[in-house]
Amino acid sequence: METLSLLGGGFAEALTPMNLLFAAIGVFLGTFVGVLPGIGPAMAVALLLPVTYGLGPTQAFIMFAGIYYGGMYGGSTTSILLNTPGESSSVMTAIEGNKMAKAGRASQALATAAIGSFIAGTIGTLLVAFAAPALAGIAVKLGAPSYFAVMVMAMVLVTAVLGTSKLRGFIALFVGLAIGIVGIDLSTAQPRLTFGLPLLADGLDIVVVAVGIFALGETLWVAAHLRRVPAEIIPVGQPFMGKADWKRSWGPWMRGTALGFPFGAIPAGGAETPTFLSYVLERKLSKNSGEFGKGAIEGVAGPEAANNASAAGTFVPLLALGLPVTATATIMLAAMQGYGIQPGPQLLSTNGDLVWTLLASLLIGNFLLLVLNLPLAPVWAKLLQVPRPYLYAGILFFASLGAYSVNQQAFDIGLLLVFGLLGFAMRRFAIPVLPLILGVILGPLMEVKLREALQLSGGDATALVSEPLAIAVYVILALVLLVPLLMRGRSGASDDPSDAEREKIDA
Amino acid sequence: MSIVVGYTPDEYGKAALSYGVAEAGLRGEKLIVVNGTRGDSFVDTAFATSEHMVALESQMAELGVEHEVRQVVGADVADGILDVATEVSASLLVIGLRRRSPVGKLFMGSVAQRLILDATCPVFAVKADGAESV
Repeated sequence: METLSLLGGGFAEALTPMNLLFAAIGVFLGTFVGVLPGIGPAMAVALLLPVTYGLGPTQAFIMFAGIYYGGMYGGSTTSILLNTPGESSSVMTAIEGNKMAKAGRASQALATAAIGSFIAGTIGTLLVAFAAPALAGIAVKLGAPSYFAVMVMAMVLVTAVLGTSKLRGFIALFVGLAIGIVGIDLSTAQPRLTFGLPLLADGLDIVVVAVGIFALGETLWVAAHLRRVPAEIIPVGQPFMGKADWKRSWGPWMRGTALGFPFGAIPAGGAETPTFLSYVLERKLSKNSGEFGKGAIEGVAGPEAANNASAAGTFVPLLALGLPVTATATIMLAAMQGYGIQPGPQLLSTNGDLVWTLLASLLIGNFLLLVLNLPLAPVWAKLLQVPRPYLYAGILFFASLGAYSVNQQAFDIGLLLVFGLLGFAMRRFAIPVLPLILGVILGPLMEVKLREALQLSGGDATALVSEPLAIAVYVILALVLLVPLLMRGRSGASDDPSDAEREKIDA
Repeated sequence: MSIVVGYTPDEYGKAALSYGVAEAGLRGEKLIVVNGTRGDSFVDTAFATSEHMVALESQMAELGVEHEVRQVVGADVADGILDVATEVSASLLVIGLRRRSPVGKLFMGSVAQRLILDATCPVFAVKADGAESV
């Protein structure tokens, strides 16, 4: 009950005209970037970071939350109409969704995706409101060693479990950790990786790194592959669903939500696994399993609900532990730090108003998205006709402006270019971006916890395993990493060729 | 010698094509249909889908015209069509004309204008209104 009254307080705050306006801007921008393949919510939030420093934290987070959810919606539109999944979480939607669209059922596919996302997002956000305070209550009691262990687990799981290549994942993670270290070490005043440049002594600004990797890297990549045969889009009218479609969508929506939320909430989240599981589950359960592969509505409803529920779930570790598991959540964490808000278990007690307003505005944003997307789907589809040079000229402009405005020094523009080239190289060699950005932002926080634990114990490394939770976390981590290796060893070398094949395709 | 048609999957392209087909029949020349895109947007409605091109080919085969269809991707659609015209030493280039406001022309440019000015062969500009269907 207390949760509900707190959430009610959040609504009172979020429903002011100004905040509603920011929520609307957020969902609008989010859908905009979600519809366009290659531009995602993480890039949008990174580009907006410098702009929002002029706003209050509440308004900024309302807008970011809108972008995050909006990106999910927009991605499904592109998957269904174009068969080009904008994000990895919409891959499963594209399978059945595009088949449905080709069979002339684009309107129904878009409708089940939008309504399913709304339902899953709403249930998911309500679950966050109950789960996050509970988890934070436990997390407050955690000591530095346990905290450090949980952070290590989040980093390793995100790196090793998501994505196809562990090697590429760890390359990204360690490059990210190295970038996070640049600057003067706060406890010893030693300069680290500054190469004698006084301008690097303050460390690298997260805006410059994120904008460089996401925006500039993507721009360079697009510039290198500018002319491509256009994709074939399926014309669409107003999304709507018939009675039979509603009947067939309910089950998958609910099951998708149930699958997606926990995967988002554990620190090794990501939407790939639950969307895949939901797809497989619906294919098994469906009475119309013969339709799968030819455009079954269940195959759109389930995964779409799963990816939105998982997006909502990622707010649990972000708000309760200060642990982000998606690129967008990572940038949002950086934004919190930019406002001087310390993310972590204390967030709910020190900045409770902000959290509850954020959750309320997530619910509002979700509703706005439904209202916005059902009638506007044909308009969003038109967006895909904008020539890339216009689009990326705009992105480049905002990227440079953002990077310069942080410290008003030309040096940052140079850094932006360096990170842009790094981002380009990462795309070229299929190195995932998420572990890098996680390393940059979570690395320094992790170091603080490590230092804390070691200082308390007087430099004794065994202090790291002095708490039961820390030991449990390391055991789980070892199991997750070792079991697949042992399994592969037992099943023999037969797996290897297929693995090699997959790597080649990814590259 | 052959006749080149600058084609788009709309009424203008259709008008140009129907004139091209008639002219090819009269002259007994080969018809080459070119559809181009700058390829710099995710979706280009002026670029015919593969299904559309297949339908187009079978339509022309039915009419008994010797033909070839091509789709070109390049920085400038006009250049793409002109390259084809030069390559096959076209005797005639047929294009569809659309109305475009001065402002629209300023922003979008005009493929038709470039084709008319830069082509080395005669250019036939067809209007969409009153076009006979293929």
